[in-house]
Amino acid sequence: MRKNSYFGEFGGQFVPETLMPVLLELEAAYEQYKDDSDFKEELRYYLTTYVGRPTPLYFARGLTEYLGGAKIYLKREDLNHTGAHKINNSLGQTLLAKKMGKKKIIAETGAGQHGVATATAAALLGCECTVFMGAEDVKRQSLNVFRMKLLGTQVIEVTSGTQTLKDATNEALRHWVATVRDSHYVIGSVVGPHPYPTLVRDFQSIIGEETKQQILEKEGRLPDYLVACVGGGSNAMGLFHPFVHDREIKMVGVEAAGCGVNTGQHAASLTAGSKGVLHGALSYILQDSDGQIIPAHSVSAGLDYPGVGPEHSYYKDSGRAQYEAITDEEALEAFQMLSRLEGIIPALESAHALAYVRKLAPTLSPEQVIVVNLSGRGDKDVETVSKLLGGRARE
Amino acid sequence: MSRIAETFTNLRLKGQKALIPYVSCGDPSLEFTEQLVLKLVEAGADLVELGVPYSDPVADGPTIQKASQRALAGGITLEKIFQLAARLRSRVETPLILMTYYNPIYRFGLEKYVSRAQEAGIDGLIVPDLPPEEARILKQITDPAEIDLIFLAAPTSTAERMEKIAALARGFIYCVSVTGVTGSRENIASGLEAFLAQIRSHTDLPLAVGFGIKSPETAGKAAAIADGVIVGSSLIERIEENLPLVKDEPERVINEVCAYFASLKKAMENTHFAMN
Repeated sequence: MRKNSYFGEFGGQFVPETLMPVLLELEAAYEQYKDDSDFKEELRYYLTTYVGRPTPLYFARGLTEYLGGAKIYLKREDLNHTGAHKINNSLGQTLLAKKMGKKKIIAETGAGQHGVATATAAALLGCECTVFMGAEDVKRQSLNVFRMKLLGTQVIEVTSGTQTLKDATNEALRHWVATVRDSHYVIGSVVGPHPYPTLVRDFQSIIGEETKQQILEKEGRLPDYLVACVGGGSNAMGLFHPFVHDREIKMVGVEAAGCGVNTGQHAASLTAGSKGVLHGALSYILQDSDGQIIPAHSVSAGLDYPGVGPEHSYYKDSGRAQYEAITDEEALEAFQMLSRLEGIIPALESAHALAYVRKLAPTLSPEQVIVVNLSGRGDKDVETVSKLLGGRARE
Repeated sequence: MSRIAETFTNLRLKGQKALIPYVSCGDPSLEFTEQLVLKLVEAGADLVELGVPYSDPVADGPTIQKASQRALAGGITLEKIFQLAARLRSRVETPLILMTYYNPIYRFGLEKYVSRAQEAGIDGLIVPDLPPEEARILKQITDPAEIDLIFLAAPTSTAERMEKIAALARGFIYCVSVTGVTGSRENIASGLEAFLAQIRSHTDLPLAVGFGIKSPETAGKAAAIADGVIVGSSLIERIEENLPLVKDEPERVINEVCAYFASLKKAMENTHFAMN
């Protein structure tokens, strides 16, 4: 067991032999390019001029006053091109794939944000792109499907299993196994076999790096709390990782409790799951006593995943981060709360983090500071929410 | 010598190649699987691969995925499969190999899994998502239990990896004939012979070819250059086509599957020992 493929006991490379050589090749390429000044410069160029980085760190005065207690800052990843943090990673990986001489890109998507981000990066960099999406999600996120098609990507509707993100990932892996010689699979979160959890974390760490600098400028000190939603966990890891050695900072990952963690209909792998292997890594997952994966449930397609990145599992067990779960209903309330108070419609994923902040902030003092990652904007979810609220926004 | 090694040695002495059926346990019922395996042995199965259905089988194509779903929907569990294996072991001498993904084993408990397999008379384990890098812990348990941990080699495996696989493997090496998932294909992959020759340069273990064996012709071609042939999806397709019949006339379906299996066996006779 090579130590660097694990975070404590979590991680690893549980994949068919066919994929092992390409994972080793990817690891070597990443080691070579991550410190390569030309590669870094090219990525920085696109992140600045194309994605729109740095994203602002916004003091949410209205929200802070409404909740009472700690000062709340929003890291505005929703302002990135394509509307979420996903583009940071998609662009980084697609650029890396090109350096490796691979011009065919594969991705999977749940809510569609990662699919759109990867389709965008592929269009920008002239790559052929295929995105796998569960038939259920294709229905829930038809606008994003159309966006991907506009961007020249082939969207493959996955009808096996639960027809959501888990099965889209299975199908993307199968497709990759068959085309591994000339394809790169852009995994969308800090999940999957080594080196993906590390690679995706590094591409997303720009969120935390910027936050660190920005909060020091605004407050002259580091925050007390970092809060972010966790599906696979890439936006959270991106925010958390640069602060990991600042031991006094509390990091809170917020999972989807769906209908409630006791109902069996949720996506809270860290809160209510157990250790197991899914999609190539050992981590906390949702499974039955026979090791069969249990389908996840969340109002947010982006959190609807029965696993979580292995580094989060490590943070949980080592106590470095704390993980909470927020129900569909609480997330829907927070979705409306931010829209009304700040004029920002958040992604349903981010609304989970906001719902936790809604509980947390009033318990803290006005000198304390919370940074919450607004991982994406809510345009894609407006239709879902409208249906759930019967077309009536809360008065 | 393990039952698997002994079987290959005996076949080698007779100048024959092994034909290994893959059955998806519990598809569509456990009773069906039990009768099917017994008949397959009568029809000439040299070893039998018992597939444990898994919810997320990433190395498998649509045929085995669907079979797994049918079995899971029918309430199949690991415990029931161990009982099935024990019943089969009391009736046949054929080596039995248990195939499943790593998570069901991990969840069940590695030690417990191997000891239950041993009690049930299982001779080997195949874990398609357990590359050599991750196999150390399981191998430390299977070796003293004298259960063969069977590794897969792929057309993408480098010489260095083949060396590593050969060093760990016991029983035989499962050679994945295509860069892809399981499922029957029209033709045997080009380059298979070169791929097998490459592995052969690293090991004396028997080499069995799987993934994509669809017809007597492909089975015959594979047998000409390997020590064994594994066939799964194309057997399951014959069950799938006859699902409505299975309940009322299971024997008819089993006979059809076995007749097809026997035709593969026949095509493999008279193939010469190409790899010695």
